[in-house]
Amino acid sequence: MLVLSGRGQEFANRVSLESGQPVQQCYQCGKCTAGCPAASFMDYAPHQVIHLVQLGLEEVVLSCRAIWVCTSCYTCTARCPCRIEVARIMDILRARARRKGLHRGQRAALFADLFLDSVRRHGRLHELELGARWGLSTGQPWREADLAAGLVAKRKLRLRPPRIKGVEEVRRIFREAARLEEGEHG
Amino acid sequence: MRRIGVFCCWCGSNIGGVIDVPRLAMEALNLPAVAFSTDYKYMCSEPGQELIVRAVAEHRLDGVVVAACSPRIHEATFRQTLERAGLNPYLLVMANVREHCTWVHPDDPERAFAKALALVRGAAAKAARTEPLAAGTLPVTRRALVIGGGIAGIQAALDIADAGFEVLLVEREPTIGGKMVLLDKTFPTLDCSACISTPKMVAVAQHPRIRLFTYAEVVGLKGFLGNFEVTIRQKARSVDHGKCTGCGACWAKCPARVPNEYNLGLDRRKAIYVPFPQAVPNKPVIDRRHCRQFTRGRCGVCQKVCPVGAIDYAEEDREWQERVGAVVVATGFDLFEWAEAYGEYGYGRYPDVITGLQFERLANAAGPTGGKIVRPSDGAVPRTVVFVQCVGSRDEAKGREYCSRVCCMYTAKHAWQVLEKIPEAEVFVFYIDVRTAGKAYEEFYVRARRAGAHYIRGRVARIYPEGNRLRVVGTDTLLGRPVEVPADLVVLATGMVPAAGSGELARILGCGLDKDGFFQEAHPKLRPVEAGTAGIFLAGTCQGPKDIPDTVAQGSAAAAKVVGLLVREEIAYEPTVAMVDQTRCTGCGKCRAVCPFKAIELVTRQVRAGTAVAERVVAEVNPGLCAGCGNCTVACPSGVIDLKGFTNEQLLAEVDALCL
Amino acid sequence: MVRYAYYPGCVAEGSGREYEMANRAVAARLGLELVEIEDWNCCGATPGHNTGHLLGLALPARNLALASGMGLDLVAPCAACYNRLVTAQREIACDPELQVLMGRLLGRDYHGDRRVLSMVEAVAAVGAERMKALTVRPLEGITVACYYGCLLVRPPAVIRGDDPEDPRLLDDLLRGVGATTVDWAHKTECCGAAQALPHEEVVLSRVRRILEAAVTFRADCIATACPLCHANLDQRQARVNRRFGTDYRMPVLYFTQLLGLAFGLNPGELGLGLHFVPTAELVRRIA
Repeated sequence: MLVLSGRGQEFANRVSLESGQPVQQCYQCGKCTAGCPAASFMDYAPHQVIHLVQLGLEEVVLSCRAIWVCTSCYTCTARCPCRIEVARIMDILRARARRKGLHRGQRAALFADLFLDSVRRHGRLHELELGARWGLSTGQPWREADLAAGLVAKRKLRLRPPRIKGVEEVRRIFREAARLEEGEHG
Repeated sequence: MRRIGVFCCWCGSNIGGVIDVPRLAMEALNLPAVAFSTDYKYMCSEPGQELIVRAVAEHRLDGVVVAACSPRIHEATFRQTLERAGLNPYLLVMANVREHCTWVHPDDPERAFAKALALVRGAAAKAARTEPLAAGTLPVTRRALVIGGGIAGIQAALDIADAGFEVLLVEREPTIGGKMVLLDKTFPTLDCSACISTPKMVAVAQHPRIRLFTYAEVVGLKGFLGNFEVTIRQKARSVDHGKCTGCGACWAKCPARVPNEYNLGLDRRKAIYVPFPQAVPNKPVIDRRHCRQFTRGRCGVCQKVCPVGAIDYAEEDREWQERVGAVVVATGFDLFEWAEAYGEYGYGRYPDVITGLQFERLANAAGPTGGKIVRPSDGAVPRTVVFVQCVGSRDEAKGREYCSRVCCMYTAKHAWQVLEKIPEAEVFVFYIDVRTAGKAYEEFYVRARRAGAHYIRGRVARIYPEGNRLRVVGTDTLLGRPVEVPADLVVLATGMVPAAGSGELARILGCGLDKDGFFQEAHPKLRPVEAGTAGIFLAGTCQGPKDIPDTVAQGSAAAAKVVGLLVREEIAYEPTVAMVDQTRCTGCGKCRAVCPFKAIELVTRQVRAGTAVAERVVAEVNPGLCAGCGNCTVACPSGVIDLKGFTNEQLLAEVDALCL
Repeated sequence: MVRYAYYPGCVAEGSGREYEMANRAVAARLGLELVEIEDWNCCGATPGHNTGHLLGLALPARNLALASGMGLDLVAPCAACYNRLVTAQREIACDPELQVLMGRLLGRDYHGDRRVLSMVEAVAAVGAERMKALTVRPLEGITVACYYGCLLVRPPAVIRGDDPEDPRLLDDLLRGVGATTVDWAHKTECCGAAQALPHEEVVLSRVRRILEAAVTFRADCIATACPLCHANLDQRQARVNRRFGTDYRMPVLYFTQLLGLAFGLNPGELGLGLHFVPTAELVRRIA
């Protein structure tokens, strides 16, 4: 049972402001969900995610699996009759979930972390490294072995990490972006 | 011997593609009294009709059967053809061999032919017994009665009066204005309801051709289209409005305080009162149910303070008759009595559970709180307001199956008003569907949502007090989760029901009601402002729930219908009406009981029975009212009522011939 | 000769190697000079904007600034890179405050004034006439299901040009070199994108639907313009077959590979031996 009270409006307003999207305008037609490639794998469908935001159920929406199963395909955004950029709201929710530490245990969050860590360290993505660390972190090191073997055989997996001269600039971007976002949402 | 002509139409392939039409015409020639028959591709076409005209002359026909489509389509056409041929139009009989035969039996041409022939046989048998009938005319009383002084009645009265006809406007409350004048702002434009309706009220009062009777009721109606006689009862106001100046001394001093119905019980008024400052007329009446002079037999304060001696405790109800040619029913609606039906919402026990109309009064600057939205229980400003839609609508279990049409919009408006007037307020709207079919309505609803109203799809199961707040228990069907809202104020969007007394008025007027008790229109699409009874018209919510624009439109539409009637000096009526053989009528009155149009009365007449002449009570049909339905002919135990054009003799002959 | 600043993207040297090979070869044939941006960095892709709004803008912004320094319009063959570059460029251009912020994040002045093109747009800009003139082995008799995916067409407010529900640019290009393209409903249905590792079930179910649709339309192959789509459709096709008991053998080619074949380029030069789903038979039919 969900109790609706208190500062619901405030959360919805914050998300609206941060995303630039009129969340309250959604009338729950469900077209976002209807076109969503991942909806059947979500705990809350996209229109329900928006509804949870409308109702100010911050805890529920930031802890849900749906925002992490989203593929960022923008189908919802392209089709929303209320011109709400749903995918943009998903971004905002993921970022908020991260700031509250609610992303832990979400596989997509882990993937993003490993991906970006590789970029931060080399300036570009090192696919082999990402694959290896993913396997180790998820405790399933052999899960992608067949594909990896195929890639190696076709020389489609670079063994040595890339290295760019401006890697310090890239690290600066990571550092400054994190600092600014932290400051903004404190 | 009659000379009947039979004209068989192919209707292109509609009939001709199934049966052998020339053969039908040939076989028809063998029927008794048939002097001529022929067939043609399209009998309704110009050459087809000419064929009939020529044949009537050449073959000296005195009756015509057209075997073609439904009489609903072309009976009027062929009646005109007969007139051109010099025959009485009622000497026509149509045999429907299209809808009743070839359209339904396209796969069995042989048996279809047999059926078509049987239909022609029946029609010819009837045709041999037809008589010329003449349409009569009746004079018109060029004056209208409007019942109900809400916005629908006001609009109708003004439009009729502006067209140049006198109008009697009868309102049972002490003022006109109805429900609209109680509203605060109107969706979707948010203009002030009183600001746009009070000028119309004043216009009614000042119109030279409108006679306004407030605190009055229609208690009787006799007569028929163009010639009604209405009985009006003026309830005793106990105040002589001729003398009264409306100074207000009486209600200032009156010691009795009673719940104020114009503020929906949210505050109190005096026993002598003007309902609200803009009332028309702006003079008081004494509410005798609560006045101490009447309940206790002593008081007299108002009489003592009245400077002009206008108070008259002895005044009595007065009844009189007026003649009118048309009647507009505009009796409006009441709100569903939710407190009697919804135990789950507390049966009205919790003061902070109110109706939408009460909310209007709270939001209205002229209301009991001066426009401040507060809780009736403690006057506190509510922070969380819950709206519950469809209370007493779309709820078969509570006896109201229909959608009340206006609640979605007024709830959106209320939600918006709360968010606008109370900073930090939170609004939840429980709904089943949101219906916004009107110009700029959807946009308004979106505006309410944008303002922050939380819409939750699902009905509320229960409302109960929790401390000094309310707990609203519902479900969110979009999330598939039960939800609860701790609320400060709950507003129920109660649906519209027919105004109290609609049933009694319908009985007086001889009008039908629909299954929900609203006045029944003659046709849901094509005659939406006409009652089933000729000369009676419907305007506004008495016919079904509707919003202000639709109500005003219907008021004007009813007025246009009335004006269309009153511009005529006299009106013709169809001659196919019932006719009583008064020499054999026993005066039992069974016919009167079954007549839906109140067209039959029992009258005392000199009647000849055999050679003797005696004064007897017999049934008499008013041809202006009779719609020719035939109920009475069936009900008459002596079989002495006939419907002209469909007499017992004609019908029996037709059936006999069919069954050959 | 038209010169472009070229942004290969991270997978160009790895899992998207055949795309890179085909792009380079076809560009050379078309007279497009692709000047690789020196020291370009990863655009952050989906993980970037999923993690932080500013991060998702600043990583592509650095590349935009580099291209601007070269004074050349920018071509990004990968749909995801293209999408991030365009998004960052548009968003920053609309918000002066963001422009200042970018300066702080990049440690240099931000300029993003050069056009960003997808590989499809860059090729299309060459013109149908010239393409036709270069075609030596028209793809006649070859039925192609053009698969645009998400990031080449959405969100429409940012990625303008082609119709987001029924894009035609790829179809026009391939029809221009003689192929038949199918009018199917799955042109822009998402393949599951970056969820291949975190939520493979999403990708497998989506890929299955796309493959099934292509089979229904009797396509000989699927053409794509995105290494991520390609990886999901090609590399994981065997897994789809294992999971659902199907037997898809649908070659998935980059559109530049098909163009290259039509231009008579050597299949090896176009990386056509690097696919998981064999392409040999299709290549034989063309060559």
